[in-house]
Amino acid sequence: MSTVSETTHDSAVAMSAPPASDEGLTAAQRAQKYGLSQSGARPSLPEYVRQLWDRRHFISAFASAKLTAQYSQAKLGQLWQVATPLLNALVYFLIFGLILKADRGMDKHIYIPFLVTGVFVFTFTQSSVMAGVRAISGNLGLVRALHFPRATLPISFSLQQLQQLLFSMIVLFVIAIGFGSYPSPSWLLIIPALALQFLFNTGLAMIMARLGSKTPDLAQLMPFVMRTWMYASGVMFSIRAMLAESPEWVANILQWNPAAIYMDLMRFALIDGYTHENLPPHVWLFALGWAVLAAAGGFIYFWKAEERYGRG
Amino acid sequence: MADDINPQEGRIPTVIADELHIVYRVNGAKTGKGSATAALSRIVKRGGDRGVRKVHAVKGVSFTAYRGEAIGLIGSNGSGKSTLLRAIAGLLPAEKGKVYTDGQPSLLGVNAALMNDLTGERNVILGGLAMGMSREQIKERYQEIVDFSGINEKGDFISLPMRTYSSGMAARLRFSIAAAKDHDVLMIDEALATGDRKFQKRSEARIRELRKEAGTVFLVSHNNKSIRDTCDRVLWLERGELLMDGPTDEVIKAYEKETGK
Repeated sequence: MSTVSETTHDSAVAMSAPPASDEGLTAAQRAQKYGLSQSGARPSLPEYVRQLWDRRHFISAFASAKLTAQYSQAKLGQLWQVATPLLNALVYFLIFGLILKADRGMDKHIYIPFLVTGVFVFTFTQSSVMAGVRAISGNLGLVRALHFPRATLPISFSLQQLQQLLFSMIVLFVIAIGFGSYPSPSWLLIIPALALQFLFNTGLAMIMARLGSKTPDLAQLMPFVMRTWMYASGVMFSIRAMLAESPEWVANILQWNPAAIYMDLMRFALIDGYTHENLPPHVWLFALGWAVLAAAGGFIYFWKAEERYGRG
Repeated sequence: MADDINPQEGRIPTVIADELHIVYRVNGAKTGKGSATAALSRIVKRGGDRGVRKVHAVKGVSFTAYRGEAIGLIGSNGSGKSTLLRAIAGLLPAEKGKVYTDGQPSLLGVNAALMNDLTGERNVILGGLAMGMSREQIKERYQEIVDFSGINEKGDFISLPMRTYSSGMAARLRFSIAAAKDHDVLMIDEALATGDRKFQKRSEARIRELRKEAGTVFLVSHNNKSIRDTCDRVLWLERGELLMDGPTDEVIKAYEKETGK
């Protein structure tokens, strides 16, 4: 009997106590009262950066896992990491060096490392962009199953491309030495040049990831855009030699495009005969500017749609 | 009536769904024709959604879940159960309405992060990191995960690529990785307990353990017995609408009557 009276007593008290007034509250008010947060809402920018930092191990593990998985079915296995860029360089040399003679009187000792550097450095940006387009749209399963800041994916894919490039660098060093450019202090410039290009690529990949999540068709379109960009950036010819008759500012503008900047910096660092006369003015400033602009802009642009990824 | 309200007082809500709508958009499924000319004419034709077809998977569902509850979700195939779970977890953006949660609800499952070309060993690490565990936590639990999966009972399989596993072995490893982490609000999708009889028993026990540690549990299942065993409240979804919400026995009885069992 006593329990019954207690319950009635309790509910009588509860009518005036706060919990009972839940009845009149909207869902949003109740959520606020009990400190619930909206599920799937976009975190603030500093909070987002913190979450991303917490996932740094996942970013690197995911990148190297993808890289390893790539050639795991091949008989030669990881040897392809080096063989693929080598074969690439060979094909470009065959077509542009021997058949089309795009060297324009450039000495063979310069032209071959010039060409190979161009191909590798441009491929780095190209494959980061292509991976970026599919970063969200190609991983919807992952996005719909687990929680993590989505920027993890484009960053991880760019990191995978960086690791891929480091394998290519082995080939590049061998070729440079083979054509008479020996290791020198200027080779140290490779590190800042690569770091800046990586920043630039990651920013670009994040922009492409957001665009690609809305319009997966970009994966079909981008190869053509990238090829046009490649031919306009002087991968297999010197922009300066090509535009010898045009006013200097035309060549400068073409050389200030980010792809050309990062290629030129790498060539300048690596190849003995490729001097600063081949570089446009303020080259490091532009390299830094493009990197910061793409990375910061791309990150914010990507974050702005964080809560919408995964709808498909 | 007073009995219904009374237990709710003083209870702390962990999940509030407020008029939740989820819409999927499917590209290139507007008409039956998949030919290029059909696609082109869709693009050329102005207006409309240009070949995008909408699937309204969850239509205006509202409910409140409280701490300590185990809630079952039932309904026929395609009634929106899994979609609702994903929306609660914040993995699928809502078209309209909102979900409020206490902490981060997580879906039990890690399949999407694993790669078949990698060894089981690397997948344990990758899966753990994907779920947000730290490297130290994974190292601590690594042996536990491998032992639980029983992958190494028939030789050193954990160092082989996952594509060489039988489907049962792979499912066991996936479950073991997914079940290694503790969660605030835990959601379990049906058919998780796969593998042989021995492993099923082990995973059921593990789910019970996880339930005890979690604040609130959601379970999607077509097995009414497992819902009866584990849940004290059931939501019945049909065609994306919440048909019934109440104590397990009541709802399951109505559901069984409806499905003619």
